[in-house]
Amino acid sequence: MKKKHLNFIGILLILLSITSVAKAEVSAETAYIFNTFSFLIHGILVMLMAAGFAMLEAGMVRTKNTAAICLKNIALYSIGGLMFYLIGYALMYPGEFNGILGIGDIFYDPLESEIAGEPNVEDGYSKPSDWFFQMVFAATAISIVSGAVAERVKVIPFLLFAAIMTAIIYPIYGSWTWGGGFLAEFGFSDFAGSTIVHSVGGWAALVGCLVIGARKGKYNQDGSVNALPGANLPLSTLGTFLLWFGWFGFNGGSQLALGSAADAAQMSIVYVNTNLAAAAGVMASIILAQIIYKKIDLTLALNGALAGLVAITAGPDVGSHFVAIVVGAIGGILSTLAIPLLDRFKIDDVVGAIPVHLVGGIWGTLAVAIFGGGSFIAQLYGIMMAGVLTVPLAFLAFCLLKYTVGLRVSETTEDSGVDMPELGLQAYPEFKH
Amino acid sequence: MKMITAIIRNSKIDALNVALNEIGVHGMTTTYVNGYGKQKGATEVYRGAEMEIKFNPKIRVDIAVTDDKTDQTIGVIVDTAKTGNVGDGKIFITEISKVVRVRTGETNEQVL
Repeated sequence: MKKKHLNFIGILLILLSITSVAKAEVSAETAYIFNTFSFLIHGILVMLMAAGFAMLEAGMVRTKNTAAICLKNIALYSIGGLMFYLIGYALMYPGEFNGILGIGDIFYDPLESEIAGEPNVEDGYSKPSDWFFQMVFAATAISIVSGAVAERVKVIPFLLFAAIMTAIIYPIYGSWTWGGGFLAEFGFSDFAGSTIVHSVGGWAALVGCLVIGARKGKYNQDGSVNALPGANLPLSTLGTFLLWFGWFGFNGGSQLALGSAADAAQMSIVYVNTNLAAAAGVMASIILAQIIYKKIDLTLALNGALAGLVAITAGPDVGSHFVAIVVGAIGGILSTLAIPLLDRFKIDDVVGAIPVHLVGGIWGTLAVAIFGGGSFIAQLYGIMMAGVLTVPLAFLAFCLLKYTVGLRVSETTEDSGVDMPELGLQAYPEFKH
Repeated sequence: MKMITAIIRNSKIDALNVALNEIGVHGMTTTYVNGYGKQKGATEVYRGAEMEIKFNPKIRVDIAVTDDKTDQTIGVIVDTAKTGNVGDGKIFITEISKVVRVRTGETNEQVL
């Protein structure tokens, strides 16, 4: 009896000592390990978003264009990585610079100490882990464009644009905030990139759609719209789930550190806010579609999830879970309303990239200010600057491609589908179209 | 001998097959078809754009029967395929001038 009592006190003492250790700051090496781990594990989650985009788009196009969209997706992800190695990272994180345009060391390399196997734990994290985490964001920005211009863009010119986007456009805008440029100075706040990644991608998608024009047969002379239904909605649903899954890396990893209990707690809040915003986006889209069209539209619900996610991305650390639900729901409502609005202007966005990423991104970035996470003027300024930089550069790039190598497939190719003429194969050879 | 061509709902084909077997009518040919009758197609909405579905999917059943089985067969088709809603389908009856079994060369009533 007495022994048991002693044991109990002993256990209590051990527990107390563990608790006090947990509250103390961890060693620099432990923090280095956890920070690096966070970059790597969240980076591969964001990498999976590339698969999400691929499946979302593969399901939303017609079967005759499926192989081409799959090829574009795996190629753009690869190009994103290579360009970010070559120059993108150097442009985005130039170190000390004038705040507008600067360049660090091109041909990114790990630190000498890391190559030697003796990393300096005071750095806080390994340099390649940071590069990896930033690279997958660049790939996300160009993934957004891919779906919008699907079914009529030539494969190689699109890939050239992907190179321009990930080497120049995205990194320069990114440097203005995340690289410590003038938007950061101005107080612009964008936690994981509602504007920096999603609006920039959305602007480029809008410009791409305008330069290349609508798919043949999408709009009639009288302005009425012909629906061109996606071929495989289960694929689109899987793609949306993959994007949602990857988004925990996108937002959670953007805490940029996991070396303290405070970071772990904050990261957990970000995870929950991210999930709730997406859920609210889905439900808002479902309810709104039921009210407007008297029927639920699966593809609008999928877009609603993504719009909720994009919206919460600017401030998943701002405000309560309830605020996250409101931000996500409004994102879902805005994307659902923006889709037919684009059709009115004959802007043919196959997958809804512009409503989700541009509209959702703008809303989410403003929401940060509305819910007390930054100044309204600074947020508005950052949003405007994304357009000011991306629209002319993307326009120039798309036009350059259009009037040199050509941007759009021939009418015959569009009729037969891009797969056979451009790739010489079909995604589903045993099905009749 | 009559050829009975019925256009019915896809969901009714198994029940029709069972019911026809019960009255001793064996053999049918089915085809998946698309078309419209008096009801025309339907209008759906996809991503906010109206989408006209001009042709509805149906099953076409071709059944060759002897003259004495014709009315009974038609009755069975109507009974099994009917839901009472628009889109139940139609039945067309045509005269058959000759029937030949490929394997044996037998003709007409011997075959059916």
